[in-house]
Amino acid sequence: MSNAASTTEPGQRPDWLAHGVLALGVLLFVLPIWVVLMGATHDAATIGRGEVPLLPGGQGPANFAALFAGGRVGRMLGNSLLMALAVAFGKIAISILSAYAVVFFRFPGRSLAFWAIFLTLMLPVEVRIFPTFKVVSDLGLVNTHAGLIIPLIASATATLLFRQFFLTIPDEYVEAAKMDGAGPLRFFCDVVLPLSRTNIAALFVILFVYGWNQYLWPLLVATGEEVETLVIGMVKMIGSEANTEWNQVMAACVLALLPPVAVVLLMQRWFVKGLTETEK
Amino acid sequence: MATLSLSGIEKSFGATRVLHGVDLDVAEGEMIVIVGASGCGKSTLLRIVAGLESPSAGRVRIDQRDVTALEPAERDIAMVFQNYALYPHMSVRENMAYGLKIRGFARAEIERRVAEAAALLELAPLLDRRPRQLSGGQRQRVAMGRAIVREPKLFLFDEPLSNLDAKLRVQMRAELRRLQRRLGVTSLFVTHDQVEAMTLGDRLLVMHQGHAAQLATPMDIFERPADTYVASFIGSPAMNFLAGRLTAGGTAVALAAGPVLRFADGPRPGAEGMPLTIGIRPEHLVPAAEGLALALDLVEPLGSESVLHGRLANGEALAVRLPGRPPAVDRLTLALPPATLQVFVAETGRRLDPSPA
Repeated sequence: MSNAASTTEPGQRPDWLAHGVLALGVLLFVLPIWVVLMGATHDAATIGRGEVPLLPGGQGPANFAALFAGGRVGRMLGNSLLMALAVAFGKIAISILSAYAVVFFRFPGRSLAFWAIFLTLMLPVEVRIFPTFKVVSDLGLVNTHAGLIIPLIASATATLLFRQFFLTIPDEYVEAAKMDGAGPLRFFCDVVLPLSRTNIAALFVILFVYGWNQYLWPLLVATGEEVETLVIGMVKMIGSEANTEWNQVMAACVLALLPPVAVVLLMQRWFVKGLTETEK
Repeated sequence: MATLSLSGIEKSFGATRVLHGVDLDVAEGEMIVIVGASGCGKSTLLRIVAGLESPSAGRVRIDQRDVTALEPAERDIAMVFQNYALYPHMSVRENMAYGLKIRGFARAEIERRVAEAAALLELAPLLDRRPRQLSGGQRQRVAMGRAIVREPKLFLFDEPLSNLDAKLRVQMRAELRRLQRRLGVTSLFVTHDQVEAMTLGDRLLVMHQGHAAQLATPMDIFERPADTYVASFIGSPAMNFLAGRLTAGGTAVALAAGPVLRFADGPRPGAEGMPLTIGIRPEHLVPAAEGLALALDLVEPLGSESVLHGRLANGEALAVRLPGRPPAVDRLTLALPPATLQVFVAETGRRLDPSPA
């Protein structure tokens, strides 16, 4: 009834137009993922013939079984997970501590430190990739998990986000804590960390996906099987056009999709809260 | 319970001096209200006592112990903030217990103290709530409770009632006073509200531009203000000031508005013709057959009384407070009872007392 009313109201565009535009948008996003999902359930020959199957085939379990057969994909999955988690937690730990120092302490060089952090925003991994590689290689960290993870941990963005949040914490909390006898570390653990919970959760989602999707850096540093991530592994699976087992590449793709989706779904409530909550 | 002694407290922020040497001695169990307009340095003074600011000069002593260089936590004081500063992620119980927990009190002792304070403040049913689930008055009481459980030597209040609505403020004011009497804890209370100051303090410290303008009991300050600033700040509506000159060998004042008034309490020292400021409270003016002619321009009926504003023939403004309904007139003739006059030196604004006989 309300639908009918809204479509007949003068001067208003009909609902079906809005829905049409939305449906088109959804289709645009969903179609590639659908192709990947379906491709993972067919045999190599079907895709090899150049078909783009839009309906599920019967090869799904077999494809995944073949993928996991060598144990290599399992290790890739583990490496990817380790890298994403370490990058997410590492970035949060480093940036929350630096933001805490920059906001709550007066020390010589404070604004210098802040601006130095701020400037690195303008230097993403891609820009400083050669010097970074040189350093990592001189340290003998090429083809190690440490070499894969550590250069990605410093984060100006997260530091700035935490700084902005900390600036909204009223001075009175700091002063009340001083009266209560809480030192800087107590205050951090008992007040700042609990208040930052939602921000941390939101950042975790973003950073996990960021870490999981890393491509260029692992491509340079993780050349050996022991440390290669799923994303890199997929690239290696696409050897030459002729002998690529596309059905398995698609299956690997599905695997690579799942953890970020899971993290986003599980943390959605926190994520939205962290981005929107202003109540103190 | 403790004594507090401030000597020569000065504070500068860069080139700006906000405190110019303040002295204050607070007796055991006494409640001192520091009152003044915004920017007079009253909050800075409180924060120096708290240890949140350090003075540029001067000493702070609690129980004869010099605490000037000590951290806030080492001074054994508790503070109630204007916006309460309750930790939003902790329950009322946790908020109250936090200071004790950090100081390493035994759990049983913490529970005993929190329960005691909660009973005293009628917070017992709210102990497991979060601050955001409480009303303003309840938050205020939690902030009090957090101070009480510490059993400190000194309570510091930084305008704790100013975030409450008018009715609740009056109620909390009385509650707070009873509580302070009952606990007998030496307290400093900062406010800009002169009614709060008059009703709460054993003594008032009126601050003006970083100086202690006067330190005395509320009634002393009301009846014998030390200068024209204190006189105008305490009392509502504010005291009237009229220009005049010392005359008749110091025994009378010739008002610029006309009349010559004899001092009821004896001659003032000073040269003949010295400019004076005569203060008279609006409630002391009485309608009379002859006296100052006032042309009314504003009438404020307040129910039990009325405040009438007007101008004298020479342009000076005057306010009168009369009981009951406002008279339906636009001119009034007022007498100034000599016993109620306050005499100040015009140049300095200082009170001019009769020369000792």
